Amino acid sequence: MHHTAMSPSVPLQEMIRAIRSARTQCEERGVIQRECAAIRAQFRQSDNGGRSHNLAKLLYVHMLGYPAHFGQMECVRMIASPRYSEKRVGYLGAMMLLDEKQDASLLITNSIKNDLSHSNQYVQSLALCTLACMGSAEMCRDLAPEIDRLLRASNSYIKKKAALCAVHIVRKVHDLGELFTPAARSLLAEKNHGVLHGAVVLITELCERNQETLERFRKTVPDLVQIMKGLVISGYSPEHDVAGISDPFLQVRILRLLRILGRNNEGASDAMNDLLAQVATNTDSTKTVGNAVLYETVLTVLHIKSESGLRVLAVNILGRFLLNNDRNIRYIAMISLQKIVGTDHNAVQRHRGTIVDCLKDQDASVKRRALDLSLALVSASNVRSMMKELLLFLSSCPPELRAQAASGIFNAAERYAPSQRWHIDTILHVLTTAGGDVRDETVPNLIQLITNASELHCYTVHKLYRALLTDISQQSLVQVACWCIGEYGDLLLRGECQETEPVQVTEDDVLDALETVLQSHMSSPATRGFALTATMKLRTPLSLTANTDRIQSIVSIYGSCIDVELQQRAVEYNALFRKYDHMRAAVLERMPVIEKNSPGHTNGESTGEPIKDIQTLKVKQGEPLLPQQPANQVLTLTQMHVV
Amino acid sequence: MFSLISSFQMQFMLLFSRQGKLRLQKWYVPLSDKEKKKITRELVQTVLARKPKMCSFLEWRDLKIVYKRYASLYFCCAIEDQDNELITLEIIHRYVELLDKYFGSVCELDIIFNFEKAYFILDEFLLGGEAQETSKKNVLKAIEQADLLQESFDEQLHSVLTTVTDTL
Repeated sequence: MHHTAMSPSVPLQEMIRAIRSARTQCEERGVIQRECAAIRAQFRQSDNGGRSHNLAKLLYVHMLGYPAHFGQMECVRMIASPRYSEKRVGYLGAMMLLDEKQDASLLITNSIKNDLSHSNQYVQSLALCTLACMGSAEMCRDLAPEIDRLLRASNSYIKKKAALCAVHIVRKVHDLGELFTPAARSLLAEKNHGVLHGAVVLITELCERNQETLERFRKTVPDLVQIMKGLVISGYSPEHDVAGISDPFLQVRILRLLRILGRNNEGASDAMNDLLAQVATNTDSTKTVGNAVLYETVLTVLHIKSESGLRVLAVNILGRFLLNNDRNIRYIAMISLQKIVGTDHNAVQRHRGTIVDCLKDQDASVKRRALDLSLALVSASNVRSMMKELLLFLSSCPPELRAQAASGIFNAAERYAPSQRWHIDTILHVLTTAGGDVRDETVPNLIQLITNASELHCYTVHKLYRALLTDISQQSLVQVACWCIGEYGDLLLRGECQETEPVQVTEDDVLDALETVLQSHMSSPATRGFALTATMKLRTPLSLTANTDRIQSIVSIYGSCIDVELQQRAVEYNALFRKYDHMRAAVLERMPVIEKNSPGHTNGESTGEPIKDIQTLKVKQGEPLLPQQPANQVLTLTQMHVV
Repeated sequence: MFSLISSFQMQFMLLFSRQGKLRLQKWYVPLSDKEKKKITRELVQTVLARKPKMCSFLEWRDLKIVYKRYASLYFCCAIEDQDNELITLEIIHRYVELLDKYFGSVCELDIIFNFEKAYFILDEFLLGGEAQETSKKNVLKAIEQADLLQESFDEQLHSVLTTVTDTL
């Protein structure tokens, strides 16, 4: 065993060894049971000098996950013991086995009270520690005056602990903040770092809870600035030095307090401006500890009313963080930039390149943040280049991020699309890459977009037809393709197209493609529905006889399909051929342009009624989620399966 | 962007081995034994599933978790929304340094066999989840003094017993 300042507890270590040598869970349980029985027996005996070892054993057993509630009263007894060794373990036990929700915790209030005024500071320390760890609201109310007394008149060792105890009390009973305010104020004059640290934490807590208190403490800003200056500039203090930074813990807490005092207040913000610039510039950023201070500084600068120059300095620090080798620092930078991308958009834009590079980071959390941030940085001026990066990211991003990336890309595309063609291309690209991860509304949304881009119908149907020939696994893509072919098939067959290389296809070729979709095991029922309808709608420039036979035969096959939806469609389409042939052409006319926010836009069914009425109906409360079917049966055929 | 009541508090600290065995648990918020066990189980699983190249921070429930592995032990702190993750890493590091100074090249076995001392040291460094002493030297000095006090009491007790038996 290594050297320890205090002799080890032999009984405890023996027990630990015994437990560890158990080879199975069952064996371990056996050992534990035996040990607990012995411990219990020992508890019942009168004082035998081994009480602290006994309780320590029980606490070990408790940490392994075994029940130890029978030790609670022993803790209470030990805490009341005059022996330091017993108090020490007793208090430890109380913190481990008792919590404020249990009645037994009330029993120790009196012991704590006594020990708070013990002649020995190490005993006082135990009481303070326990109170700060698990003091209930009632205990806090009871003992607050004692703590206040200790804040004012005791040595540094006790004062620093009393300050943090007061913090706990205020968190538990907010009103007691007023009690500690005067003492907290005077503590700022102390030189001892521990006390100062405790004081700053306490003042922070008081200001957070009470606006009046905050306003009173604003006057301390110059004092705080002085203290910080002392830490940042003046000589090396070996005792508090961490990698060249003087007491980083205290620095961080002071910076935090300054943030709270400077928020929404110009006077206070001005008073700290120079200091913040100094810390931001002079703090060594080669180690984590320096970056911890810089990070807190950045947070403070961004939340007070700082000068624009200082803000830019802060954002630049974050930009530098993004280039840091340490991924923790990069992650922190991302989070912070995300928070300010709304308020300091232009400043963050300057680091867009670095942020986009982080899309390739190995760490999934950094990737996710980079995605969020990149999407937030898309603007009209950078949309083409940003979208290239984002689409690239989509093709290789981790599966758990694909849905988010796809939807983010759609939103950005919708907001900033430089042209309709670009917009359609972008959506098609996403569907090709990540069609399985897009939301259901994507299909009707895309169709709506396509119908609105009338000059691009030829281009679009060509692109989609080609996509269909390549791959029919991405359902959303296939559905849109089928719909387009059904709608604009004539443009496909015309053999000419301005925007892209035209295809040379016959009606049979197109019907082949649709049949492939219908027959593929990869096609979902919904997709088959699209394909069937498209087959039905396929208009040809020539006389209809030759191909209507083929169309009719495809359709009638599905008249006995197991899928009820498909069967129904097939039967009704067949009826259209047989009984309503005279109406077929009119029924299968090209669709009108779909308005945004029409019912057809969101759930694929159009009643054919005026769009305005439907919208007001939808807005009323208690409206059924699905639109009602109108009475006229013939019209049913037109309504159905528009998309 | 920031709520009026900021939350800066360490809610708990856990130390566990790579096999998920708990070596120390310090809770600064009141929770039932059952809740503590559930949190511990979930968190240990989550942290152990992290790959070595991932960063030391993760979001878990409404807390931020800061963890770092030192040899065979994971040190894991739960802090609140507005807290500074980087300084928490420094807190963890400071605690490890204190353990190291006290035990002399500390290893997991020291913490297993002297777990109560690991707690005593932690309680001399953090109070209610906040750092109470920022000087390493002062923390170690206080522990040393407290240990001496403990020894003296034990010795006192021992000498009393010998005297008693002698007179019999």
